[in-house]
Amino acid sequence: MEEHYYQKDIETMPEDQLKDLQGKRLAEQFKWAYDNIEFYRNRCIEAGVSPDDVHGMQDLEKLPFMCKDDLRATYPYGLFAVPLKDVVRLHASSGTTGKQIVVGYTKEDLDSWDDVVARQLVAAGASNEDIVHVAYGYGLFTGGFGIHGGATKLGCTVVPVSSGNTQRQITILKDFKCTVLACTPSYAAYLGETLHDMGMTPDDLYLKSGIFGAEPWTEEMRREIEKALGLKAYDIYGLTEIMGPGVAYECREQHGMHVNEDHFIVEALDPDTHKPVPDGQKGEIVFSCLTRKAFPLLRFRTKDIGVLNRTPCACGRTFVRMSKPMGRTDDMLIIRGVNVFPSQIEGVLLSKGYPPLYQIIVGRENNNDTFEVQVEMTENNFSDVVGDVRRKENELSAALQTILQIKAKVTLVAPKTIERSNGKAKRVIDTRKLHDSK
Amino acid sequence: MTINQISVFLENKPGTLSGLTETLAENNINMRAMSLADTSDFGIARIIVDNTDEAAALLRKSEYVVKVTPVLALEIPDEAGSLNRILKLLGTKDCNVEYMYGFTGRRTNSACMILRATDVPATERVLAEAGVRLVCSSDLSEL
Repeated sequence: MEEHYYQKDIETMPEDQLKDLQGKRLAEQFKWAYDNIEFYRNRCIEAGVSPDDVHGMQDLEKLPFMCKDDLRATYPYGLFAVPLKDVVRLHASSGTTGKQIVVGYTKEDLDSWDDVVARQLVAAGASNEDIVHVAYGYGLFTGGFGIHGGATKLGCTVVPVSSGNTQRQITILKDFKCTVLACTPSYAAYLGETLHDMGMTPDDLYLKSGIFGAEPWTEEMRREIEKALGLKAYDIYGLTEIMGPGVAYECREQHGMHVNEDHFIVEALDPDTHKPVPDGQKGEIVFSCLTRKAFPLLRFRTKDIGVLNRTPCACGRTFVRMSKPMGRTDDMLIIRGVNVFPSQIEGVLLSKGYPPLYQIIVGRENNNDTFEVQVEMTENNFSDVVGDVRRKENELSAALQTILQIKAKVTLVAPKTIERSNGKAKRVIDTRKLHDSK
Repeated sequence: MTINQISVFLENKPGTLSGLTETLAENNINMRAMSLADTSDFGIARIIVDNTDEAAALLRKSEYVVKVTPVLALEIPDEAGSLNRILKLLGTKDCNVEYMYGFTGRRTNSACMILRATDVPATERVLAEAGVRLVCSSDLSEL
């Protein structure tokens, strides 16, 4: 089978040329960020590095790290390098507290985003003849609009279904003869079950590929989804801080995800020493943008643990491959595709008159994440009337949903049954098998 | 005239209710009446005891979530139609009942109903005006 590329010259660029391009762009991107973002400039001055010191890839390690806290501290626009009149789009993702992380895009940024998403669609076998069903949420979440833009640029027929109403989605997949599906892997699995429940088989659909990302999934889940929907499932990786979907993508070899290295530098670092780990070994994944105008984030610590692989890929792409994330260096959970920080829950509990103690139980039933928050009952929230207790419970559930952006099942438990913090209380029980054991 | 009822929060799992009865038994507290409301994930045990304050303090000490609320205790003839008459009256007077439960006393020919109205004072007035015999706490031990 002949391999197709969206931008062959770039995707198969010889490694030394690619390194030169990255080095040149790194120097430019760093100067752009340094000159235009006060917060970042101050950070660099503290670190003793200025544009005079950064000329190529060899200087990358001189740059200070950025992390989620820096994004929170500069909420909402403190890390924008252009005035808002040049920003044409905002997206956001959840932060460690109630505050969102806000990122901006210029027209040019959106253009690059479309390109990298188009590359992953082509790598998954799509072309302008395909009908792309986008079941990622459209909104501040980057998933929906990200895939939408790339598929539009590629010339596909885009079906912007967004999330929800699963039976209707099956009908659309069937009637519109959609050939490519984009959504979270857990939603793909759910679509597969719904298809079955509606008395249909994959033969009733026209799907050939699926591009699934935004949450961890296993090879076992991949096989199940492929069987249930009759398609080849491709993994993609992205994060709002860096761009959204399109940062890294699988080719037909499906042995790691190619990082779009003309737009991003990826490093795998020892989380303690901050030195690069050798290829093939686990490290914290750190990204630097190379071409962003509005939000040029450099050396962003993702807290995802992954492995890089620079051996040549049979698909011909020269971009480095990264593994699926194999875990986190912090306590962030990804539940139904949404980033959840347990610390967000404490504030909600206090505001509703509950003790700031909780137990999170995350599991997976029928390929869907279950999410329960156990909270201790208090006299103030208790009543002899069931309806009153339920009302309080629903209020808490709604307040949690507002902050976490996903619905949790609230279970009220007896006082003193949740472990008291002795410095290290185990607040999360996660029984999902999210990562392949390797 | 109302009496105080103790409500206790219970998780909906095996052993929680017996934990409560065990605590009461160990402390020699006799329940005159009890009703259990259950939902899929929690339960509310409502109990009537002779010495409410003592029992409530004891349960709180044992880490139970406890609520003491006034409820109406009605002594009604133990015969067909007597409860119906009262409920019809409450309906016409727009008094809403949250829940109720009954127990029989030691005295014959009468039954006692515990009634929790949404608006307890208003319902109490309606019943008093209609001449329904309301039981007070001190009467309770004699019932």
